Amino acid sequence: MSAAEGLLIRGLTAAFGKREVLRGVDLAVAPGETVVLFGPSGVGKTVLLRAVAGLERAGGEVSVAGREVSGLPPEARGLGMAFQNFALYPHLPARENIASPLRARRLPEAEIARRVGAIAALLRIGHVLDHAPRELSNGQKQRTALARALAAEPRALLLDDPLRNVDAKLRYEMRLELPRLLARSGAAAIYVTQDYREAMALGQRVAVLLDGRIVQDAPPEEVYDQPATVEVARLFGDPPINLLSAESLPGGRLRAAGLEVPLPDSLRALPPDAQLGLRPEHLSLLPSPAPGAAPASVVAVTPLHERQVVLLRTASGEELVASLAGAAPPVGAAVWAAAEPGHALLFAGGQRIAHGAGREVAAA
Amino acid sequence: MADLVLRVLRGLALALVLVFFLFPIVWILLMSFQTNETILRLPPSLAFDPTLANYKALLTGTMETSSGTLQVTFLRNLGNSVLLASLSVGLSLLLGVPAAYAFARFRFRLGEDIAFTLLSFRFAPPLLVLLPLSLYFNELGLADTYAGLIWVYQLICLPLVLWIVRSHFEEAGVEVENAYRLDGHSWWAGFRKVAIPLAMPGIAAAGLLAFIFAWNNFVFALILASADKQPVTVGALAFVTASGIQYGQIAAAIVLSILPTLALALYAQRWLVEGLSLGAVKG
Repeated sequence: MSAAEGLLIRGLTAAFGKREVLRGVDLAVAPGETVVLFGPSGVGKTVLLRAVAGLERAGGEVSVAGREVSGLPPEARGLGMAFQNFALYPHLPARENIASPLRARRLPEAEIARRVGAIAALLRIGHVLDHAPRELSNGQKQRTALARALAAEPRALLLDDPLRNVDAKLRYEMRLELPRLLARSGAAAIYVTQDYREAMALGQRVAVLLDGRIVQDAPPEEVYDQPATVEVARLFGDPPINLLSAESLPGGRLRAAGLEVPLPDSLRALPPDAQLGLRPEHLSLLPSPAPGAAPASVVAVTPLHERQVVLLRTASGEELVASLAGAAPPVGAAVWAAAEPGHALLFAGGQRIAHGAGREVAAA
Repeated sequence: MADLVLRVLRGLALALVLVFFLFPIVWILLMSFQTNETILRLPPSLAFDPTLANYKALLTGTMETSSGTLQVTFLRNLGNSVLLASLSVGLSLLLGVPAAYAFARFRFRLGEDIAFTLLSFRFAPPLLVLLPLSLYFNELGLADTYAGLIWVYQLICLPLVLWIVRSHFEEAGVEVENAYRLDGHSWWAGFRKVAIPLAMPGIAAAGLLAFIFAWNNFVFALILASADKQPVTVGALAFVTASGIQYGQIAAAIVLSILPTLALALYAQRWLVEGLSLGAVKG
């Protein structure tokens, strides 16, 4: 199914006074598809959702299931939305919270009861339906809010960082659970987050919002492996990518922070402001000198999940971060850092100009 | 041990405060069952033969004084108080709750200035506006009418309602109303089913306070209305007669006139506390 039957956003603009927050956002989401809207805080992700929902004055076009809704008030747009702070009705029990969109559609009482029961069972909150929101745990509140958003089976869903205010364990559970739930709903979903892991876990596509525009709209792996700009590379990934200013060397090679890699075939020479981007997991540490490796000393080691994050200082004074699968060398150890073949990124003027630099090393 | 001492001390302190505030009321209650002679004797004494004569005088409307029989309009005054206070509060809720909502939710030109001007009615001395007001009222034919008084009482009630209810709307936040609209309900439905219920403690507290303030008002009714439209606060002046001040009847009148507000305040105490200690009891 195409995006025309899902959620279609064209040329969306929004401004607060003189400050332009959205400068023409285009986004298309097919039914059953989840697009993660990713960006740092304050970039306007929530404004975008609110503009789509009709809660914010905005220019441009929004259509839901082929119906133009830009001029319509929020209640006539037929959307479901989950808010970051849940926004449950504190004076109503969970059951009535979930029933609210069904009541707005004036369904018969028996039908409302059936559908509330079904969605509550799906989200495993059937046992707390008679509780007031203040009696629910954060996880249950968030499930209730999701149930409310899904209850009327809207054609488009807007999820504004719904996992922001729940604890880590629950967030992990929901990351596993949500994709199935969203796919089952058949709605075109936009999911806002600033956590790149969540983006990786939930999105069929990731749209990166920066400076009021979508700078990259691609599958999550592609955003990670081939970020469109330095900014995207920096935001998408944790620990963050190493960005090193690079200079060309004779013989089709380049050097950055003492590391040397071959220039990709597509490039003869480097622009003066070129930067080499290396993900921490694409740096390996060698115990002895090797061609292209930079001498460095270990400054700090921090475990992160199953990996060891190592902070290095090179002989030339730059800091590098490496993420290792195995054991890390002790603090103070002298090591040689080498770029893993095939993963180096090259940027110039903030834009990516090549990826896969250093692939020839693998061949050698 | 220290715990016990602390509790005893706290009890003593509370008792002291209560005595300080409640003693005048108790004394008035005692006075209302005495004749002028026993009230005025020196030194005062707690030993007296209780009499219901004061209440009888108020309720039957005739007062026996040394210089003859006088008509008392106390019951009419009491009725006026109830009428004026409740209609004033009703009107100010009708006007003030939507206005409070507008001030809480929308930014508009001069919004803050208008809100502040309305608040300033609370701290401007009424005497400042009374003279021009009474002139206007004579021109407009509003002098000595219930409508005119209710209108002027808005100076007392409206700012209270506006500012207390506004902060409750702000506290409740716009997000839940947005959620309600996205569910498919109209703005008006959201206002009635979400915004109003969430601001209810504030509305109740503001209404109650406004009622008490309106009930206690003296000077507006004194100047702008004649005897048959005046509330109990002004009506009590009738007991200052040519043959002396009728302390017993004044006391009885006070007891009868604080009963309604006292009953209301006791009944609504829970909401009053909740409504005025904003945020402290948020769920």
